[in-house]
Amino acid sequence: MTEPLLSVRDLRVHFHTDDGVVKAVDGVSYDVMPGGALGVVGESGSGKSVASLTLMGLTRFENAEISGQVLFEGRDLLQASNEELRRVRGNGIAMIFQDPLSSLHPFYKVGAQLVEAIRAHGDVTKRAARVRATELLALVDIPDPARRIDAYPHEFSGGMRQRVMIAMALANDPRLLIADEPTTALDVTVQAQILALIRRLQDELDTAVVIITHDLGVIAETVDDVAVMYAGRIVERAAVKQIFAAPEHPYTWGLLRSIPRLDLPRDASLVPIPGRPPSLINLPGGCAFHPRCPYVRDRHRQVEPPLDPVPDDPHHRVACLLEPQTRRKLWSELR
Amino acid sequence: MLAYIVRRLLWMIVLLLAVSLITFLIFYVLPSGDPARARAGDRAPPARVEAVRRQLGLDKPKVAFPWKDSQIRRYYDKLVLHQDLGTSYRSNNAPVWELIKVRLPATIQLALGAVVVWLLVAIPVGILSALKRRSLLDRATMGLTLIAISAPVYWLGLVMLYLFDETLGRFPLVPGFDSYPDGGLTGDPAAWFESMLLPWIVLAASFAAIYARLLRSNLLEVMDEDYVRTARAKGLRERDVVVKHGVRSAVTPIVTILGIDLGVLLGGAVLTETVFNIPGIGRLAYDSIVAEDLNTIQGTVLFAAFFIIVLNLLVDIAYSFLDPRVRY
Repeated sequence: MTEPLLSVRDLRVHFHTDDGVVKAVDGVSYDVMPGGALGVVGESGSGKSVASLTLMGLTRFENAEISGQVLFEGRDLLQASNEELRRVRGNGIAMIFQDPLSSLHPFYKVGAQLVEAIRAHGDVTKRAARVRATELLALVDIPDPARRIDAYPHEFSGGMRQRVMIAMALANDPRLLIADEPTTALDVTVQAQILALIRRLQDELDTAVVIITHDLGVIAETVDDVAVMYAGRIVERAAVKQIFAAPEHPYTWGLLRSIPRLDLPRDASLVPIPGRPPSLINLPGGCAFHPRCPYVRDRHRQVEPPLDPVPDDPHHRVACLLEPQTRRKLWSELR
Repeated sequence: MLAYIVRRLLWMIVLLLAVSLITFLIFYVLPSGDPARARAGDRAPPARVEAVRRQLGLDKPKVAFPWKDSQIRRYYDKLVLHQDLGTSYRSNNAPVWELIKVRLPATIQLALGAVVVWLLVAIPVGILSALKRRSLLDRATMGLTLIAISAPVYWLGLVMLYLFDETLGRFPLVPGFDSYPDGGLTGDPAAWFESMLLPWIVLAASFAAIYARLLRSNLLEVMDEDYVRTARAKGLRERDVVVKHGVRSAVTPIVTILGIDLGVLLGGAVLTETVFNIPGIGRLAYDSIVAEDLNTIQGTVLFAAFFIIVLNLLVDIAYSFLDPRVRY
């Protein structure tokens, strides 16, 4: 068995604020295999973005308290110095963000921004970096890259900008690409193109991918594994097929039932999850989902559910206190 | 772009005519001193004053409709047809344009020197206090900037004179700064530099403080932008993240203000020039107001307006180079 490329162990990120301690990430563990693809799903405020920004060392603020382990290629990034982390960023691990317009500097041509990324991690001449930048733009299917390299970000469409961001992320052949809501700010038709591009590049370049999203539909065809996050923790983890076919956590059920489906009558209404995500300062006791869970039992308000394997599928883990038989029965009634 | 500049230049002419009209109305129509008496001399007999009045056309009606012979008509005929600002009522009939031309170098030297001083102070202070937010350095410098902003130029100037003046100062460190040397920069550069040092600092103090605070708050905002996060995620060195991505964006709006401030100062830093006795446009304006020398007042006001408008145009042109999203 190969070693995981990235191994996150009991990651906790707590921010000390005037209002109290925000437990943005509270004990998250997962692995990503070389060339593998993981989807991290959750509502806004579930800690999914903070968790990945922390891998890159981008949450090292004064008020942040970070613990756990982030082993990337065997090295703990949480213990790395700022300079060591800088060499990993954009090199071993690259990241793309939600809004490609605000994520590109408005005053610099995209070529200059690409060249900067290339030269940040290698002793490359400007000329060579420019050639590489043109190749990268071609790689992400930007038409006429030799000309477009001298355009400014505002001269691109949203989808093309995200392609530029992806090209920039790939500049130094990262082993891991983290995509934080890569399609959220894009038109629906463009979303599919960007996802197809990420999938294609993942195959061609053998890059491992972590896609962070609030939209299960986004990752259905793109990832191998899914981690569902709620209130700073992973509540369910499984192969993507299992998440869609046999989800175990009531929160996952809620996410699935809020996606439109083609196999149901057109007037079938979507079912929202009632309530709002909890405050990360005052987490509900016991299972953090209990105030919104329709199947809550008294005991669930006291006991924290561990992320345990599901019977007969060791790869599928869920943090739910309901009996496995009860869960299966409930889900079969829901679908 | 060219069409835009031409349009702006035409607007400049309209604006200058409007400014000249307003100053004309203020100083000619509203009661003020008697120019004829000023020209004739304070002790001239009444007959002499009346002769001068006729000679200057001041016996004509101030405003007459339709466009007939009147003071305002004579004024605009000279200004528009001959680009002539008229002659001073005081300084031996000297043309106002000549007076301004002689005074211009000192004002330009004062303004540009002060700009250099305040940028040299404000840029590092603004950047450092933004990066070390809430540190002792940040709190100390921001406190000092409040003092610098609150201190009036004339007060600061007098304090400087009291402390450092060669003859009456307590710490006469810089000789000769209280007298602008004859010939200015071209005469004796060393004496010129010494004479300008304190005026530059006094004039720059409040601007340095304002710019430092502005740069600090701009930079704080910019460092939270997504593209700064991208720059970090690319693995750029923190220095490049701050300078190339942060400061580059944070200084752009400051260029706008810099242009306008420079335009205002080129029109004459009245207080600084008066306190330090620098023969500039501001000093000329001050003297001509005291002497009720109306044509010279008109000239200096028009000149100040001209600089402000031109610098504004230059700022707008510069902006399209600084921010590629701006196109005219």
